[in-house]
Amino acid sequence: MANQTAHDTKDSFDVRRLMTDERSRAVVLQLLVLLGVALFIAFIVSNTIANLQNAGLASGFGFLNDTAFFDINQRLIEYTSQSTFGRALIVGLLNTILISALGIIAATLIGFIGGVLRLSDNWIVSRMVTAWVEFTRNVPVLLQIIFWWAILTSLPKVRDSISLGDVSFLNNRGLRTAAPILEPGMEWVIGAFIVAIIAAIAVSHWARKRQEATGQIFPSGWASLGLIVGLPLIVYFILGQPLDWDVPKRTRFNFSGGFNVTPELIALWFALSTYTGAFISEIVRSGISSVSRGQSEAAFALGLRKNQTMRLVIIPQALRVIIPPLTSQYLNLTKNSSLAIAIGYQDLVSIGGTILNQSGQALEVVGIWMAVYLTLSLATSAYMNWYNKRIALVER
Amino acid sequence: MNIKAITGMAAVAGVLAITGVTVPAQAATLDDVKAAGELKCGINTGLPGFAFTDDKGNWTGFDVAFCRALAGAVLGDPDKVKWVNLTGKNRFPALASGEIDVLSRNTTWTFSRDVDLGFTFLGVNYYDGQGFIGRVALGVKSAKELDGASVCIQTGTTTELNLADFFRTNNISYEPVPIETNEEARKAYEAERCDVYTTDASGLAATRSTFPDPSAHMVFPEIISKEPLGPLVRQGDDQWADIGRWVLNALVNAEELGVTQANVEELAKGTDNPEINRMLGSEGSLAEMLGLDKAWAVNAIKAEGNYAEIFERYLGKDTPLAISRGLNALWKDGGILYAPPMR
Repeated sequence: MANQTAHDTKDSFDVRRLMTDERSRAVVLQLLVLLGVALFIAFIVSNTIANLQNAGLASGFGFLNDTAFFDINQRLIEYTSQSTFGRALIVGLLNTILISALGIIAATLIGFIGGVLRLSDNWIVSRMVTAWVEFTRNVPVLLQIIFWWAILTSLPKVRDSISLGDVSFLNNRGLRTAAPILEPGMEWVIGAFIVAIIAAIAVSHWARKRQEATGQIFPSGWASLGLIVGLPLIVYFILGQPLDWDVPKRTRFNFSGGFNVTPELIALWFALSTYTGAFISEIVRSGISSVSRGQSEAAFALGLRKNQTMRLVIIPQALRVIIPPLTSQYLNLTKNSSLAIAIGYQDLVSIGGTILNQSGQALEVVGIWMAVYLTLSLATSAYMNWYNKRIALVER
Repeated sequence: MNIKAITGMAAVAGVLAITGVTVPAQAATLDDVKAAGELKCGINTGLPGFAFTDDKGNWTGFDVAFCRALAGAVLGDPDKVKWVNLTGKNRFPALASGEIDVLSRNTTWTFSRDVDLGFTFLGVNYYDGQGFIGRVALGVKSAKELDGASVCIQTGTTTELNLADFFRTNNISYEPVPIETNEEARKAYEAERCDVYTTDASGLAATRSTFPDPSAHMVFPEIISKEPLGPLVRQGDDQWADIGRWVLNALVNAEELGVTQANVEELAKGTDNPEINRMLGSEGSLAEMLGLDKAWAVNAIKAEGNYAEIFERYLGKDTPLAISRGLNALWKDGGILYAPPMR
């Protein structure tokens, strides 16, 4: 409004033209709306900050250095009740990343198998998969998490644990299994494993080059498998089996030793991976269907076998359709993992909630939550976008 | 496009106008409550004895009774309360943000909540302590024998911290199984996801009373913490805090002076006891000092009775919880309940 009055005093003709000319009017109105929105947001932000300061609610991130005083049952890094809030949050973050990574891997496998099976010529198989997909993706994932948790906690009690070869025990407190103890020399075995992987990559690279040059096929898959399994095994036996197992022992209440996979983790993992897997199988199915029939017919005509056709002709083209929606499924899975709180899996949200309560720093904790999920999601989609570009049709 | 833009601007301006008017309003809580005609009271989402729904669907219980007494004192009608059910986690933000006027949700009075979170505790209406419940079949006699046990806890409470302290000082290990609400924690305990469940002893009695076979479960003798529970308000409104504090004291003093729900109207007309007269308003000017109606204490006591009546009705021997008065008896009966004099 201020600039209008300024124009008024100088040159009233301009002002009228500003409103009568269609193009300048559009610009002026849009600017005014933009100004209004900006003012509105600025007002909300300053008002929120002022009110929070009045209520003594926002006082920065210094609390992250305070002692936590509470325990966490699943920790991937060293943590005790004497650690700081900041470290507790990192434990929670790692638990979130763990469940997301496990979920993404399993959901992808389930989704690809489901998608291929759904296109199967076998009527019973394809119908069964259809029924599973429709059931799984149409029931809220929260209910599925609680369902799996209820199933797992109704497993036998600790004293009636199901023994799996006397090294693992399954009960309603999860799966307690023997943990490997690395003895001196084991680092060589791990080193051999890494060397074998590098060698396998080199072999398949060489095999592809040779095939392109001469047309001869080298079974690089079998060679790699042999390398990766064989080399560490040989080193392991040469060094006199430098590996011991910490086998769980029954105590008065639980088992001690080994490591425990909690029913919360398993329930969450099952629920998230089957739920997202159902969506992914639909994406895979649509991706495969999008490759025209002529492609497989041409491949058959060239003498490729059925699984070669799938692997070399259909899947690479289908992936271009599959990857973008697959990315958003991965993001969904990561975000859905925050439903962990319903069954007490100590992820970022669960631990953050405890910290929020003990420290009273609601806004800071919520801010951290949002920043972390945003970062995780952006990182996932950045990686998927890079992968998508790599497999995109190269146009010449 | 033009119309859209103009309506958009109008909407923004309208929102600005509305928020602009309402934001600076931060009057005294008493005035807000009187203006609204109802008291917004934060209570538990459901804890037998303390906050539960009766067969008509009305909230009732020990914690609920305090808010009803407060509403009686302030508004003259104990039914003018808006109940806001809160979990252990969202209770403090709800109070800090002004969503509720008072929090009466078995909340432990601690240093950091009082000082750092910016709340004022009105006093203690229940002296509690954290304990453990476990199956008799476990054969455990003491909580110190719980090395290696799985322990269900409600997250976001002081119990979580006491538990970690207890196991650390006794140098024994445990697996914490954190659960969001009391109800779910109870289910996890029943499913034997954990060996013992820990919470305030009053909560254990409440939980035990809901089991199909309460005698199969025992509360261990150890009380591992002090848990003075009481109602609290936002810091900074001393008048409102005084009102809440003295309603609480009036209920305790009423028990000491023999003022009950049944006889309070009668005694308010005047007695030989100046203490009763001052409290109930027939002598002195305590009501004016608080800024309340003369009948404030009468209405507070009329709501649910004095402290003893409230305790016996919701927690006492004739209830499924069957909690004895113990520490919560009056000082002259061997407890530590001791309210300052009303003068």
